[in-house]
Amino acid sequence: MKSNVCKLLSTAAIAATISTGAAAATLDDVKSKGFIQCGVSNGVPGFSNADDKGNWSGIDVDACRAVASAIFGDGQKVKFTPLSAKERFTALQSGEIDILARNTTWTYTRDSSLGLDFTAVNFYDGQGFMVRKDLGVTSALDLDGATVCTEQGTTTELNMADFFRKNKLSYVPVVVQKADEALSAYDQGRCDVYTTDKSGLAAHRTKLADPAAHVILPETISKEPLGPVVRHGDNQWKDIVTWSMFVQVNAEEMDISSKNVAKVKSETNDPGIKRLLGVEGDMGSQLGLPADWAYNIIANVGNYGEVFERNVGPSTPVDLPRGLNALWTEAGGIMYAPPVR
Amino acid sequence: MSDKTTPSNNSFLNDAGNRALIFQIVLLAMVVFAGYYLFSNLQSNLDNRGISTGFSFFNEPAGFPILIHLIEYTEANTYGRAFFVALINTFVISLLGIVLATIIGVIMGLARLSKNWLVARLATVYIETLRNIPLLLQMFFWYFAVLAALPAPRDSYEFADFLLNKRGIYSPNPIAQDGFGLVIFGFILSIVASIGLVIWAKKRQTKTGLWFPAYWSSLGVIVGVTLLFLAVSGFPIEFDLPQKSRFNVTGGMVLPPEFVAVLVALSTYTGAFIAEIVRAGILSVNWGQTEAARSLGLRDNLTQRLIVLPQALRVIIPPLTSQYLNLAKNSSLGAAIAYPELVAVVMGTTLNQTGQAIETIGLCMLVYGSLSLSISVFMNWYNSKMSLIER
Repeated sequence: MKSNVCKLLSTAAIAATISTGAAAATLDDVKSKGFIQCGVSNGVPGFSNADDKGNWSGIDVDACRAVASAIFGDGQKVKFTPLSAKERFTALQSGEIDILARNTTWTYTRDSSLGLDFTAVNFYDGQGFMVRKDLGVTSALDLDGATVCTEQGTTTELNMADFFRKNKLSYVPVVVQKADEALSAYDQGRCDVYTTDKSGLAAHRTKLADPAAHVILPETISKEPLGPVVRHGDNQWKDIVTWSMFVQVNAEEMDISSKNVAKVKSETNDPGIKRLLGVEGDMGSQLGLPADWAYNIIANVGNYGEVFERNVGPSTPVDLPRGLNALWTEAGGIMYAPPVR
Repeated sequence: MSDKTTPSNNSFLNDAGNRALIFQIVLLAMVVFAGYYLFSNLQSNLDNRGISTGFSFFNEPAGFPILIHLIEYTEANTYGRAFFVALINTFVISLLGIVLATIIGVIMGLARLSKNWLVARLATVYIETLRNIPLLLQMFFWYFAVLAALPAPRDSYEFADFLLNKRGIYSPNPIAQDGFGLVIFGFILSIVASIGLVIWAKKRQTKTGLWFPAYWSSLGVIVGVTLLFLAVSGFPIEFDLPQKSRFNVTGGMVLPPEFVAVLVALSTYTGAFIAEIVRAGILSVNWGQTEAARSLGLRDNLTQRLIVLPQALRVIIPPLTSQYLNLAKNSSLGAAIAYPELVAVVMGTTLNQTGQAIETIGLCMLVYGSLSLSISVFMNWYNSKMSLIER
């Protein structure tokens, strides 16, 4: 019930906002309040998850920390609002949060009709299926007649329906309001299959009673480019969030990391790197940011490769391969960013 | 000194009636203006932010499946149809919940008044426990407790042609064959006959004082006549039996655990409140009424049925109405455990796929508003029927 009340309030908030125009400068608001309000998930390990002391970490959390570093030079100036899948867009529309970084898929409808803008992709994902090993299923095409658990209010629900219809398979959907309850219904045996984005499957598998007893099927049934979202109409703010992401990808490409960025800054002769790190020219002022904005992002958050390794890489419990998210210069990677110049 | 009956100043503004009217008009204008301001502000804000509005999405294909649908529904149907599926699910769970909660409430309320120490204590424990635990928690308890206790589909409990497992209770599905119309005709005929029987018995009792067990005999008539027609038409029913398949049980009818959990949680929770209302109602009837009935020679159960309960009902009905309203509104919590009612389907999935927050939430408010008002209207009618008629 609480979420409904929240939504009602935020709807009322949209209704009651004095109409000063949608293009109110988010950057000015953020600067005057001194922090960024960042909408994240209720807990998806590797993407946005709070530890027992309330410290948030994850790829999406780092997206917000990068923006905070660019503006304030301090990645800690972020406050987090945990949101369920169905609450997230209303929270952004109503101005409750400044950035929505909650493993949100970039789709046509969301971009065109919700009054939102997608900024960049910080994780290329695709929907998959997880089943118990002892069922002996090796392909999603074997799932005829299965019961499928999933979280409500995501692209997952529609992809699942399309997949089963396309392949003429029957199934029973169990759609639960929150991911945690959907997962425990699956864990308890209400469903044969749990479906969400593959990164989410890997993350959620770590929460199951016996992670080793479950297997993720090889099929990827959809394209799920995930990334931070902002309100439609504030182009400056959108550019800041977009380029905070691009800087991280460019930094990895140039072999600049949080460890060597200080050294590179003082020693480099490369004009491209000098521009990026604010040694030459003043790239930041074009966005209303300090000259060392990119330097601060790299120093505080690191390049994209570091962010990936730290949150979801093979050394973490989520243990995802780079795959599509490797740089475009690597085999199989499509992570590419326009140049900073 | 002027005469007191003529006002010293009879201007328009000094008249109390006129003043009241003016204040009413001013207030109304303020309310209308505030409403208009909010609405136009909303419109312009939505336009500014490029959020599309309107109900045209109702005719678009929904694309998502719904676990429980009492009318035909597939992913290819429209959002409009999905809305009706959800609406029916909300109605069904509310009505069944109200009936069950009333039965539980009456039994528990009487049990708490019982002279049997153990029965009274047990009822007290039930009422105090369930009233004091949040409903959402109870729903999770029933859902996950039920799931944990039951076996996987391949190890289902089996009784005759019934199966019980984590996926629900499966029973044979009767399918009407040719000639079933005759049975339906017989069933309707028996209902008409039993209504006649009840009216006749009532008339005869008023006239002669002789009592006839009309309700039991009409039950007999309905069952008997329907069975007779079934036999005559050669049992035109075939059963689709549930069968275990690779993942699930296929065929038959299924009662999913989500439905059972929501129904049990709603009816036991509200039942605990109703029990207290029933107890209060019965205690409010003066003991003298019971003594008077006994001195007229009425047996105990007749005393309860004819003297105490009708008087208790006058106290019971108004608070009972608000419990019914609560139950109908609490059914929205079913969304948390995958019961596809209005909030889950319309304010959840539909809102998310289409992004039409104002429309979907407005629609849900309208539905709950009308559902509650209908219950209120019905209960008020029942209340006025039961209330003391002064002659």
